[in-house]
Amino acid sequence: MSISNWKYNTEQSLVENHGLKHDEFESIVEGLGREPNLTELGIFSAMWNEHCSYKSSKYWLKKLPTSGDRVVQGPGENAGVIDIDDGDVAVFKMESHNHPSFIEPYQGAATGVGGILRDVFTMGARPVANLNALRFGEIDHPKTKHLLSGVVEGIGGYGNCIGIPTVGGEVNFHPSYNGNILVNAMTVGIAKKDKIFYSAAAGIGNPVVYVGSKTGRDGIHGATMASAEFDDDSEDKKPTVQVGDPFTEKLLLEACLELMKEEAIIAIQDMGAAGLTSSSIEMASKGNVGLEIDLTKVPMRAQNMTAYELMLSESQERMLMVIDPTKESLARNIFRKWDLEFEVIGKVTDTKNLVLNMNGKEEACIPINILVEDAPEYQRDYIIREPSKRIKIIQDQFDQKTIIPDLIEMISHPNLCSRKWIWEQYDHMVMADTIVRPGSDAAVVRVHGTNKGIAISTDCSPIYCKHNSFEGGKHAIVETWRNIIASGALPIAVTDCMNFGNPEKPEIMGEFVECIRGMAESCSYLNYPVISGNVSLYNETNGVGIYPTPAIGGVGLIKDLSKTMTIGLKNEGNIICVIGETSGHLNMSQYLSIIKNKEEGSVPEINLEIEKKNGMFVLDCIEGHLTLSVHDIGEGGLLIAMSEMCMAGNFGVQIEVKKEFLHAYLFGEDQGRYLIEVSEKNYEKVIALAKDNSVHIEKLGFVGGTDLKINHLNKVSIAQLVEKNSEFFEKYTGE
Amino acid sequence: MLAKIHITLKKDVLDPQGKVVANSLNTLGFETVQDVRQGKYIEVTIDEEDTDIAKQKLNQMCEKLLANLVIEDYSVEIE
Amino acid sequence: MKSKVIVFPGSNCDRDVAVAIRKISGSEPQMVWHKETSLSNSDLIIVPGGFSYGDYLRCGAIASTSPIIYEVVKKANEGVPVIGICNGFQILIETSLLDGALIRNNSLSFICRDVYIKSENQTSIFTKKTNIAKMPIAHNEGNYFASDETLKKIVDNDQVAFKYCNQEGEVTSHSNPNGSLENIAGILNDRKNVLGLMPHPERAAESALGCEDGKYIFESILS
Repeated sequence: MSISNWKYNTEQSLVENHGLKHDEFESIVEGLGREPNLTELGIFSAMWNEHCSYKSSKYWLKKLPTSGDRVVQGPGENAGVIDIDDGDVAVFKMESHNHPSFIEPYQGAATGVGGILRDVFTMGARPVANLNALRFGEIDHPKTKHLLSGVVEGIGGYGNCIGIPTVGGEVNFHPSYNGNILVNAMTVGIAKKDKIFYSAAAGIGNPVVYVGSKTGRDGIHGATMASAEFDDDSEDKKPTVQVGDPFTEKLLLEACLELMKEEAIIAIQDMGAAGLTSSSIEMASKGNVGLEIDLTKVPMRAQNMTAYELMLSESQERMLMVIDPTKESLARNIFRKWDLEFEVIGKVTDTKNLVLNMNGKEEACIPINILVEDAPEYQRDYIIREPSKRIKIIQDQFDQKTIIPDLIEMISHPNLCSRKWIWEQYDHMVMADTIVRPGSDAAVVRVHGTNKGIAISTDCSPIYCKHNSFEGGKHAIVETWRNIIASGALPIAVTDCMNFGNPEKPEIMGEFVECIRGMAESCSYLNYPVISGNVSLYNETNGVGIYPTPAIGGVGLIKDLSKTMTIGLKNEGNIICVIGETSGHLNMSQYLSIIKNKEEGSVPEINLEIEKKNGMFVLDCIEGHLTLSVHDIGEGGLLIAMSEMCMAGNFGVQIEVKKEFLHAYLFGEDQGRYLIEVSEKNYEKVIALAKDNSVHIEKLGFVGGTDLKINHLNKVSIAQLVEKNSEFFEKYTGE
Repeated sequence: MLAKIHITLKKDVLDPQGKVVANSLNTLGFETVQDVRQGKYIEVTIDEEDTDIAKQKLNQMCEKLLANLVIEDYSVEIE
Repeated sequence: MKSKVIVFPGSNCDRDVAVAIRKISGSEPQMVWHKETSLSNSDLIIVPGGFSYGDYLRCGAIASTSPIIYEVVKKANEGVPVIGICNGFQILIETSLLDGALIRNNSLSFICRDVYIKSENQTSIFTKKTNIAKMPIAHNEGNYFASDETLKKIVDNDQVAFKYCNQEGEVTSHSNPNGSLENIAGILNDRKNVLGLMPHPERAAESALGCEDGKYIFESILS
């Protein structure tokens, strides 16, 4: 199909349908020296949309620190890589699948997991852990229940079948996600440092090989859809959602890892968003070569597929490789053994052009550099909103007798209650290396066959990011750092999944800019770089954007698994201490939101110097075997964290607090704090160590009994807490 | 009256199960099997006098619940 | 001890069970690809968990038509101990080595968590070392079902290997995770040399994973 005779009007609408702006189209014409044909237009549209080109975000993402002693590969490859000693590396990334999951929650979430798994095993790593960060609208919204159930089932359906444990994640409900849920999936894999595979094509004349599933008309325009705002008609766009096939992915995983032992692969790239288009261009661009592909050779599932459809199909479970020509039959046999397609579809050329032929006819010829280097990059206008101001909370009227009922209400709330209903639907133990299961601060997974492990946590507080994007960005990084510390690991690096609204609106762009600035500050100070990530913009429905949500996945290393820490209390008579100062920051807290139904005031600020000092102190205590359990104090404040430790360990606690305003002390969200459980024998040692390091420490109370008691006044049984904490999801989804 | 509903995957949607079943039938010696598509069969007993009204309601049931129109088609037959 | 672990496309607990056996027996199990046709020299055959053929059509159904299965059935009939875990249990049921059916959990969702089981049969090579044991389950279709007639037969013939129970060993409806008939978690064949069970002993065979009770099942076979 040629479009060289377009009339201006039809041309414009065709261009607009491809999500390209008029000036972007003009620069295509200029670059090619002619008008593109339809296939070429589709290719430009896929490469130049926000999802693939990062055109609105690139400039700002460069401000994030991406290097460090342990960084082997930073952003720019399929996933980031960090050194975890002994020649081992951890490979990880988080990616969004928001729009597809809103349209078809099961398949959207499932293919999201499939995609991120491929990103990791493409690098030569065996995936060992999946995590996720999920955000849904308010629970009373008519779509929320269906979306929640579908997404959880889809994540489980894919991860359980392929046999990679889903070990952790986070879930939040907030009205800002009513029309745009967020489904962010993270995978961590383990590889040998000298066996990492990259995507740069090389060796003129080498075969380009297609492996995996056949290509159908799945998800055509998927990548374009992921960069367009929703409106009420979006439901009509449904047919573009792809169906995941975890069984084929399992075969693809095993076949790829088997072939990777054979020194046969020169370059490898998974076919994710924009399928064959982005994978072939990525490989050619990285290798500074050209590719010539005969589309007739692409294994097809549907009949009469056009070049346009083959290039833009997002059929799942496919990979593109450049292989050593002398190993072709060996490679073919491995894929045949696993019942997978294996087809040589083209070769590496020195033209630096992407040339596509079909049935002997040239369907496209585009210089790679126009597609990649000349891709649009915008420095969009932005406006930075003033952070919300501190409000005075008059606590004189707060009755101390409400502490326990308030606690019960908070731990029963969808945003703070137990996520057991979710993670029990995920196989979190397959591979038999899950040392700390979901429900603690970070999940800990053993490096197979060793006594070391990696701690992984995902986190973000969008309420903080909305009302003070700079502090919110700082917080998202720090929260995962704290979770990793609390599990006894040294935090090493993060992956980010930047979910925002429409970047063409200066306020939204301002949120993005400020979140990045905050993240960069935390990352630099804590030596905790960003090594991979993904940006998802245009998360808007009818002009209303989501709260800024830079979801962070952090990874740390535990060199000796006997020093792994969990949150559950361990024994009667032990002492509970609070690390870090508590001023009682009730502004913008969960207490205010859940109990007073208010989202107002200032966001708590993080002092990075104190943060680092406190964290390192806690890690020193863990390494010195001085603590028995540790929990960071996050959303909901001290009493929520204390209750979680009681519930996890099934022990009561006696708390003594001499403060004028108990609510502020117990529910305030001051930063940089942890609860630690210490034996009586080690207590003095811990106090002395804190003093030496000028770390603020307070004694909170004792472990004991079957109740949580505060000042002999208020108490609640742990059994009742557990009951209240675990009932929401089952009731909600069972209705 | 008794309604018989067939729910099938849309023509171009991947059917991972069908693909594996077809391969397996081939291996078992049924070499002439070319393709397998799996679907669901549902019987609904409905208390209606008028077939047209029943049919209308059954279509609604399919669209609202029984079929996932993102990936599935349906057909309704009334006895 | 020569143990064999059968590997189907989609098996995903094959490595886990091999690791557990190596740790407990000290000898390396042999992995056997489903397209192979011989299992000579086997002291123990394991059909591991996972999602053979993606659990498509019916869990275990397609795997039960694999070439190696004819040999598994033959060896089982010769008296070689065979153990099917989770998906392996589903496969052994599809081969008719074991009676009954495994249908969808009554919660209609996948369940992954620790459960307690107790051995009903106290004498078989698999169960003689286990009394009450904690180990994880991870399945979508583990709800054991049998006709009245079959159930009577397996009960009368002491073929019920394990039942779900609480920590104290009481078989209660509350401790039944998936709706299994009579809380049945595992059964034996007539001759008691074939065991199928839904819980995963290989995931509970070392203290680092939170529980060691699973190793008693393997020790029982190996002793």
